[in-house]
Amino acid sequence: MEAAVKEYTYKDFSSDQEVRWCPGCDDYVILRSMQKALPEMGVKKEDVVFISGIGCSSRFPYYMDTYGMHSIHGRAPAIASGVKLANPDLSVWVITGDGDSMAIGGNHFIHVLRRNLDLNIVLFNNEIYGLTKGQFSPTSLVGQKTKSSPYGNTQPPFSAGELALGAQARFFARVAGNTPKEITQVFIDAEKFKGTSLIEVLQNCPIFNDGCFTKYTDKAVREDRQLHVEHGKPMIFGKERDKGLVLNGLKLEVVTIGENGITQEDLLVHNAKEQDPTLHQMLVRSEYPMVTGIIRSFDDVTLEEREDALTVQVKSDSQFSKTDDLFFSGDIYEVD
Amino acid sequence: MITAKAEPQEVLEAVIIRFVGDSGDGMQLTGTQFSDTSAMFGNDVATFPNYPAEIRAPQGSLYGVSGFQVHIGSVEISTPGDNVDLLVAMNPAGLKTNLRALKPGHTVIVDTDSFSKKNLEKAQYESNPLEDGSLENYRVIEVAMTSLTKETLKAVEGLDNKSITRSKNMFALGMVYWMYDRSTDYTIEFFNKKFKNKPQIIEANTKVLNAGYYFAETLELIPNAYTIAPAKMESGTYRIIMGNTATAWGFLAAAEKSGLELFLGSYPITPASDILHELVKHKHFGVKTLQAEDEIAGITSAIGASFAGDLALTTTSGPGLALKGEALGLAMMIELPLVVVDVQRGGPSTGLPTKTEQSDLLQAMYGRNGESPIIVIAASTPSNCFDFAYEAAKLTLEHMTPVLLLTDGYIANGSAPWKIRSVDDMPEIKNNKVSEAHENWHPYDRDENSLARNWAIPGSPGLEHRVGGLEKDRVSGNVSYVPENHEYMTKIRAEKVKRVQNYIPDIETEFAQEGDLLVVGWGGTYGSLYSAVKQMSDEGHSNIGIAHFNYINPLPKNTEEVLKKFKKIIVCELNSGQFVQILKTNFNGFEFLQLNKVQGLPFANNELIQKFKSLVK
Repeated sequence: MEAAVKEYTYKDFSSDQEVRWCPGCDDYVILRSMQKALPEMGVKKEDVVFISGIGCSSRFPYYMDTYGMHSIHGRAPAIASGVKLANPDLSVWVITGDGDSMAIGGNHFIHVLRRNLDLNIVLFNNEIYGLTKGQFSPTSLVGQKTKSSPYGNTQPPFSAGELALGAQARFFARVAGNTPKEITQVFIDAEKFKGTSLIEVLQNCPIFNDGCFTKYTDKAVREDRQLHVEHGKPMIFGKERDKGLVLNGLKLEVVTIGENGITQEDLLVHNAKEQDPTLHQMLVRSEYPMVTGIIRSFDDVTLEEREDALTVQVKSDSQFSKTDDLFFSGDIYEVD
Repeated sequence: MITAKAEPQEVLEAVIIRFVGDSGDGMQLTGTQFSDTSAMFGNDVATFPNYPAEIRAPQGSLYGVSGFQVHIGSVEISTPGDNVDLLVAMNPAGLKTNLRALKPGHTVIVDTDSFSKKNLEKAQYESNPLEDGSLENYRVIEVAMTSLTKETLKAVEGLDNKSITRSKNMFALGMVYWMYDRSTDYTIEFFNKKFKNKPQIIEANTKVLNAGYYFAETLELIPNAYTIAPAKMESGTYRIIMGNTATAWGFLAAAEKSGLELFLGSYPITPASDILHELVKHKHFGVKTLQAEDEIAGITSAIGASFAGDLALTTTSGPGLALKGEALGLAMMIELPLVVVDVQRGGPSTGLPTKTEQSDLLQAMYGRNGESPIIVIAASTPSNCFDFAYEAAKLTLEHMTPVLLLTDGYIANGSAPWKIRSVDDMPEIKNNKVSEAHENWHPYDRDENSLARNWAIPGSPGLEHRVGGLEKDRVSGNVSYVPENHEYMTKIRAEKVKRVQNYIPDIETEFAQEGDLLVVGWGGTYGSLYSAVKQMSDEGHSNIGIAHFNYINPLPKNTEEVLKKFKKIIVCELNSGQFVQILKTNFNGFEFLQLNKVQGLPFANNELIQKFKSLVK
């Protein structure tokens, strides 16, 4: 039995560094949500490691009073993989943005998801490059006018969730940057999940891409525009809780309860734990409603479990316990 | 079972043999068996494989030729040798591409069965060299090896035609064993182990090996056999080791000695992959490996493992080192231990992946943005790859800065006897880990002598801290844009590497300690330079010495003193002159002569001797 973890508050996780994001940035919400989530996770402060790449979001580790590394552009998932493989007891978090993870770090992003180490990735998606002052990112929309696309962006965007599920992500959640309680809860759920968890936060950049998610996230519309899924619950949304999703052929369709004989019984029930990601892909792609919550949470063997099992096997089969056994084995000969 | 002959034979000091054939003919195995048997017999040996970049090039083609050269002797052997005393050619393409390496008047053994019209065409022979007189300057031994092998195996049941033909290399090996008075025992034992569950294959190979041996014995074309007496080597327990294996084992030893777990993050690349192949076998020692998605993930996963407290390693070759540059700068900036091994190959770009060169030196020294000095060392023989891998681990752990270990394709793929080092006899390895928090602890507190910072590992309560690629405050490690702090940190990172001089041995000169000519080299050319200087010394040139460098950044403290003791200095490198640039930058007032070769090949003995003789008169 491990020693009980002491009681923490969010202050225990706040470093002495002054936070330097722009006023009004959702990054503050995410930071505070993390500082509030960590005391709920039952992990020791000294076992928590934050690894980030480059970009506004990647300053995050400096503000957390845990172990942390602000590394180089795009490489945080690979660094975090090394941390986790070296010490599987640690709670390892990757902090990244849409450019960091899906442009310069795209390769590491898909491979970390494929391998399924038990670590967590928080993806701050603001559909823009902030730190370099306003160029389009791999999630910027076609036609979007930015510093590097003055006549409109011509490159079609990635959907982070679609890319992640294509790379075999076992856990994918999406949350809006203006919903601190939901963010906090998703962080706690992600830590509990054994495997790589990806959390996409729709994060407003008030300077270079202000309002990019307003049509989904604004308080006035969000209940009508967002479907917050929960495992085992029907897919209902709307201010009046009268809208829902059904499957029509190979497409999702929005229906209204009470119209055309539709009842709550007819709605899809969310199964986040399903291995087949087909329906999860549809939810990820849906624009109306835009789906938030834990879309996929499929339990699978982790990389460290496979590695551990192999190591145990090799150790028990091996006649070598120290290097001398190896060096002096096989074809050796004496010279007098 | 055959034992070696008792009759007296012509005694030779050393002999160089090259086995060549199609890439599917098993020449690597044949050569390895010959060198291992010779080593067991007590000879000093050096080997070098030469195989095509294509895995299965079209059969019989010139670019599909695979070769293996073995140099054995009763005297000290430092290189796989240049021109050969015996060439064994399993097909026309092998003969065509390797004949120029055979010394005039010496012997070539050919498999006449392979000299078909089709194979001759593929080898671009207009007429059959066995018939047109073009081999008249050599002793040609024509043997119908394929048919003799078939004949030998006709009674063995359960063998398909392909397996039969494939064992003809053992016929050739049997012949060569007889010629050089070697026993077949070791190879037969090898068959018994390797094909434990395939008794027909053991039987077939043993039969063919013996058939070749008896054939040579009874063949009148081989008038006398040669013998090579055991070499006078330091007493001890030996094994034959390839450079890449020795490198891998050096890290295993360092991990055990330091009490740390070894982590390797790597992406496959020729000629470095064998280090990954070797380390991945050793999970029983707690070795963790990640075959990463690319070169960058190879090094960055290692940086992560280092942050978490492992002895971290990444292995690569030139193009991979270029990709790792930014991450190597990060490791230097955050002052974590990390070893990068660059097994150099011919460059630039994809260059000559299976050939050797020393052209990554300046990339190793300077190939990063900003001012980012790191420790650079180089191994110089297949077996001392072990020592320098160990040293790389020791230096990185004790000095908290990355170490770049340079080897090259020549010593990495070459093999030589290694006097086995027990971990008990290796030097201590300390590290800078702190486990307990104390008041006034800071992540960038340094050892006052080495300037190494301390190493606080996640999981240690009270030592939570952040590191990163942004410039750090000299004490807290927090981000700092203070101008004076940046200059201070730039200087201290450089000074830390410079002070490694206080922890490494002086450079030693071999042969003349002062005189007319100092031959300077570094890394994998040691064997070639040593042999040439030794030969001149044996011939009575007492005024020539050699200083061969393993420590490049920093250079040994006494370097300038050594340089001053000679009238002329020649710096020999397999590049256009990179180490000489480093010497020129560090030492004024010297005229550095140069001998450079950029052909993807090692130095040949005669080109070195010729050059050195022109300088000493």
